[in-house]
Amino acid sequence: MKRLQLFLMTACLLALPSLAMAAEIKANKTITISMFLVIIGITLSVVIWAAKRTKTAADFYAAGGGITGTQNGWAIAGDYMSAASFLGISGMISLYGYDGFMYSVGWLVAYITVLLIVAEPCRNAGKYTLGDILSFRTQPKPVRAVAAISTVAVSTFYLTAQMVGAGKLMALLVGIPYTMSIVGVGILMIGYVVFGGMTATTWVQIIKAGLLVSGALLLSVLVGAKAGFNPIQFFSDIVNSPNIQDHVSKLLLKDGITMTGEAAGQRFLEPALFMKAPLDQISLGMALVLGTAGMPHILMRFFTVPTAQAARKSVIIAMWIIGGFYVLTTLLGFGAAIHVTPQGITAVDKGGNMATLLLAQQLGADISPIVGDIFLAFLCSVAFATILAVVSGLVLAASAAIAHDIYVNVIKEGHADQHEQVMAARITSLVVGAMGIVIGIAAEKQNVAHLVALAFAVASSGNLPVVVLSLFWRRFNTAGVICGLVVGTIASIGLVMVSPNMTYPQKIADGAKKTIAALEKKQAELPAGTVLVEKDAKALDQAKKDLAANEGGTSMMGLKEPLFGLKNPGIVSIPIGFLAAIFGALAFREKRAEDMFDEIYVRQNTGIGMAKAIDH
Amino acid sequence: MATQSYDWAAIAKNPKFIELHHRKQRFLFGWWIFSTVYYFLLPIGAAYATDLFKIKVIGVINFGYAFALSQFFVSWGLAHYYAHVANKDFDRLTRELVSELAK
Repeated sequence: MKRLQLFLMTACLLALPSLAMAAEIKANKTITISMFLVIIGITLSVVIWAAKRTKTAADFYAAGGGITGTQNGWAIAGDYMSAASFLGISGMISLYGYDGFMYSVGWLVAYITVLLIVAEPCRNAGKYTLGDILSFRTQPKPVRAVAAISTVAVSTFYLTAQMVGAGKLMALLVGIPYTMSIVGVGILMIGYVVFGGMTATTWVQIIKAGLLVSGALLLSVLVGAKAGFNPIQFFSDIVNSPNIQDHVSKLLLKDGITMTGEAAGQRFLEPALFMKAPLDQISLGMALVLGTAGMPHILMRFFTVPTAQAARKSVIIAMWIIGGFYVLTTLLGFGAAIHVTPQGITAVDKGGNMATLLLAQQLGADISPIVGDIFLAFLCSVAFATILAVVSGLVLAASAAIAHDIYVNVIKEGHADQHEQVMAARITSLVVGAMGIVIGIAAEKQNVAHLVALAFAVASSGNLPVVVLSLFWRRFNTAGVICGLVVGTIASIGLVMVSPNMTYPQKIADGAKKTIAALEKKQAELPAGTVLVEKDAKALDQAKKDLAANEGGTSMMGLKEPLFGLKNPGIVSIPIGFLAAIFGALAFREKRAEDMFDEIYVRQNTGIGMAKAIDH
Repeated sequence: MATQSYDWAAIAKNPKFIELHHRKQRFLFGWWIFSTVYYFLLPIGAAYATDLFKIKVIGVINFGYAFALSQFFVSWGLAHYYAHVANKDFDRLTRELVSELAK
């Protein structure tokens, strides 16, 4: 638990001096590790079974097209819901109420775009990768190369955020050291993908979604029981909780607003305790709604089902699972606020990420201490399974882009037999997975939160415009795809690099100055001869160090302050991506691409002449 | 896999296909725009219609909460409506087109 203590010490030093003694969350190691081993055991048997069935490229990338709509629906949910949405959103609700709930909505609405615009056309017109769809009526070599680069970029951003999160979570919860967690997760992920390909990845995702839903349901029942299964009672409990009222009062005081009692409790159910920049919210919403449909690892899932009807069914099932989960998240988040209290949650983790886990432990312990331990261990293993499922999907998507698009189709110009294709896919997965481990370890101390925003920004500004235009616009062509992908991607990355997501040393220095001033004032007010209490003295030292280290410093881009004010670039980068794609296509007309539009358009609408994933 | 070549331009001009494509396009883009507008009313309303969002609807549950919750039901409802229309109309038209081509 060293790391947690260290983390909490820093957190306390930075927080208000009046913060209560830091608490910690401690999972029962024996029970938790046993549950991890059960999950590892089950998933590895799935891999052994899947490995036997993985003989062709179609098996490896698309599970031979043999996944049913229902199975794929569960797998999509398992692929999509990361530990961040599982722990982060309920945490956000537990600390900021309404805003957290509002944030969760976009993750479901995103699937309307997937359902209506991309799922069935991709099933009908695609094969294994994004590059397959984009190169259908364009010059395949440059388009595949650019599509592969964009896929690898999106997957790497997302994978890095997931790996770092996984390492920190395991360290915090179970006390497994960071590096060991990353290596462990990495080896499992490589094992699943290299040996079991899409079949194993799919089943790991299905198992994870099942675990996640059962955990959330079980916990929701316990929370609901506390309010007698009466929703009106539940919401009154929130408004009337003195701890929530007090927490909201403190939050509002930072903005110079005084509000106490029931009014403060009611305020918890109203917007803008956390999200104070509407434009950023809208920008994030745009990236979610359009980015999900441009995520290579999500698109890839539609190649695993045999027909457009199955693709349609799978999105609808995924929407019930994902949406149902987020509705339950409300119960969990608000439940944690009522029962664990915002004070209790922030004492363990300032970001609130531990809210669900603390709630599980507490509600379980209300029955009996051992039940609390088992329940916490179960949720820890849900988090573990979640991480495994998401990272495996990402590694598979990145490997498919490199092996199928670059190696088989660009380098070998499509002349590779099944054996060679599968070998290439396996070797690539191994390399991509190993890179994931290395990056994960290297990024331990880095701020990776912006990488998820970045992944969605690139997917929504680079990938989605070119996918939609390829499927629906006759004039679209090679130049359009390349312009759209390159400009959309660069615009997203560029804007994030100069956004408030990056670390600005000057801001840290300014903060340190304030702390120093406050503490020195405190020192001056003390009776002569006495010194600051140890905690304050340490804080003063730390602030001085921070000031010295950061004064006059600039961000990675050499900036003193952000050039672009929004954390989410979508609102600017998405229109740029669309415009670049359209202008590129208009500037370099291509007769062949226009002539072939009828073919892709008939295919995507009807499935006539569909490339059967079953290539036997 | 049987390789069969199709005259794609001819299929694209087939009245059945034109009907399918018109119906689909109208439905898909129309409802996509509806769902997107409905969704963005949430962050926009939360920021600029705070008085509306505060109004209590049932007990202490306010309009803002009910509206956010409605997003889930609207999405699910739309998904099922789409599946219904697709199963009934789009798939039927596609089948008719395919059997006409097979003749």
